[in-house]
Amino acid sequence: MTFVSILSVFVLACFVGYYVVWSVTPALHTPLMAVTNAISSVIIVGALVAAAAAGSPGSKWLGLAAVTLASVNIFGGFAVTARMLAMYKKRERPGAAK
Amino acid sequence: MHEVAPNPYVSLAYLVAGVCFILSLRGLSSPESSRRGNRLGMVGMAIAVITTLVTHVPVQTLGIVLTGPGGVVAAGPLFARIDLMAVAEILAAIGLGAAIGLTVARRIAMTAMPQLVAAFHSLVGLAAVLVGVAAYLNPAAFGIADTVVPMIGQPFAVIHPASKVEMGLGVAIGAITFSGSVIAFLKLNGTMGGKPILLPGRHVINLGVLAAILLLVAQFAHGQEGWPFWTLTLLSFAIGFLLIVPIGGADMPVVVSMLNSYSGWAAAAMGFTLGNTAMIVTGALVGSSGAILSYIMCRAMNRSFVSVIAGGFGAADAGPGGAAAIDRPWKRGSAEDAAFLLKQAEQVVIVPGYGMAVAQAQHSLREMADKLKEEGVRVKYAIHPVAGRMPGHMNVLLAEAQVPYDDVFELEDINSEFAQTDVAFVIGANDVTNPAAKTDKTSPIYGMPVLDVERARTVLFVKRSMGGVGYAGVDNEVFYRDNTTMLLADAKKMVEEIVKAL
Repeated sequence: MTFVSILSVFVLACFVGYYVVWSVTPALHTPLMAVTNAISSVIIVGALVAAAAAGSPGSKWLGLAAVTLASVNIFGGFAVTARMLAMYKKRERPGAAK
Repeated sequence: MHEVAPNPYVSLAYLVAGVCFILSLRGLSSPESSRRGNRLGMVGMAIAVITTLVTHVPVQTLGIVLTGPGGVVAAGPLFARIDLMAVAEILAAIGLGAAIGLTVARRIAMTAMPQLVAAFHSLVGLAAVLVGVAAYLNPAAFGIADTVVPMIGQPFAVIHPASKVEMGLGVAIGAITFSGSVIAFLKLNGTMGGKPILLPGRHVINLGVLAAILLLVAQFAHGQEGWPFWTLTLLSFAIGFLLIVPIGGADMPVVVSMLNSYSGWAAAAMGFTLGNTAMIVTGALVGSSGAILSYIMCRAMNRSFVSVIAGGFGAADAGPGGAAAIDRPWKRGSAEDAAFLLKQAEQVVIVPGYGMAVAQAQHSLREMADKLKEEGVRVKYAIHPVAGRMPGHMNVLLAEAQVPYDDVFELEDINSEFAQTDVAFVIGANDVTNPAAKTDKTSPIYGMPVLDVERARTVLFVKRSMGGVGYAGVDNEVFYRDNTTMLLADAKKMVEEIVKAL
């Protein structure tokens, strides 16, 4: 991809991010941070590239270390978000239960 | 070597992953759709990881050497096969990370969520640095270099200058995210005091270091040497510490949001290096998310972003008139009085603050609310944006105590209702109820949006003692009003006693 096409994706994604994040309800701002944390670990893609490549042992081990760190974040981030979201319950409607 | 013309299906897969991440955040617009959103995020991540694993299978190139009478006749690569050892190493790394991550996620207390998020940010930052350094050491693998074959000597790789800028910035942001998050973690965890540590001339030092980092990125992009890269990496680690150390505990919600934003920009910079859509989209999403949350937190404290970053708020200076005002008359009540008032009420609004979470009173509080509802009292919760230690923290703590989320209201939605409220029950909050923010221009919190609890017919204010002041170090006018009854005790004990009296 050329630099300009990558930049276009980036700029448009910033606008998408702006509108999507403003629509998040304030009650879910903590889960929002946890989940953005998990997805920013998509940096694992770069780590996997480094870990899989031959040619530089140093690069490979750094890649493996980064894969481990990013995995902690991915699994931990999504799991803790799921744990939080599971706690949000609606009020039981009076009469509905009886 | 990296594939020259990327497979269009691979690019499409990363695009799908990026769309999944957008929809994942979109899901958080309401609690009902949020769980589906989180699952979509996992799907997106799985797509991105599997695509990368499949397109970057580690291979071993087996050589063939033909020998004749005169020694080596010909040598060359014959065929490549999957390097199973390397595959196993990668899967082991993922497995190790998963085990640690899942264990932490299961065990962490909800009150410790801000520390956990700060710790997670530091990992993203460090991973970004490691990936950047790995790309520098093996640029061919990332497809960011041309191999130059000189007339004499070994062929060598020359990294594209644009890729060097992206790499340099990615590593710098990653390193700042890492060291800044470590400090934020230590402060939130109480390992390090919340008081800001102020170095003399810190603004000059910080700006100087930031300028130096940018100059080094430029030097790195133009030159062939490696030293600007290593120097800028070290300086970025240092500036992360220097930037966060002077910021006080009260401003940590802003800092955590800001570091959230940085971790996104670091991922985006690496996405530019790799030309990867999923990383760029994610980086932009996370970057804007953190920036918006920082803005919301700043607005809720009526502080400018620059003044938060400059640090120093919450230093040991006592609020104006703080000591003198303690002598004013105030009314003390017992749990029985409180129970009586609450039972008579038509509508009760509970205003929880971080003090409630520290005392672990949220479960007893919900019990109290249930008892009151049985008596036919309408119970609502009013949440100030900075009530917890991070954006939305109080909502999570109440959700954990099984408070239904449709009983919980944000400041703008409930503030007009205090006038029709019989009892405002303030527990563990202080500054966010202080009317001085509306009237006293000399107050350090002047202009901050506050909950108008004093408009309620009666205010019950649960507080440990009269002496302590809030984070901002200012006295609260509400304590001395005629319609206020102070309930001085540990928050949890007091609520338990009220439950007993009901």
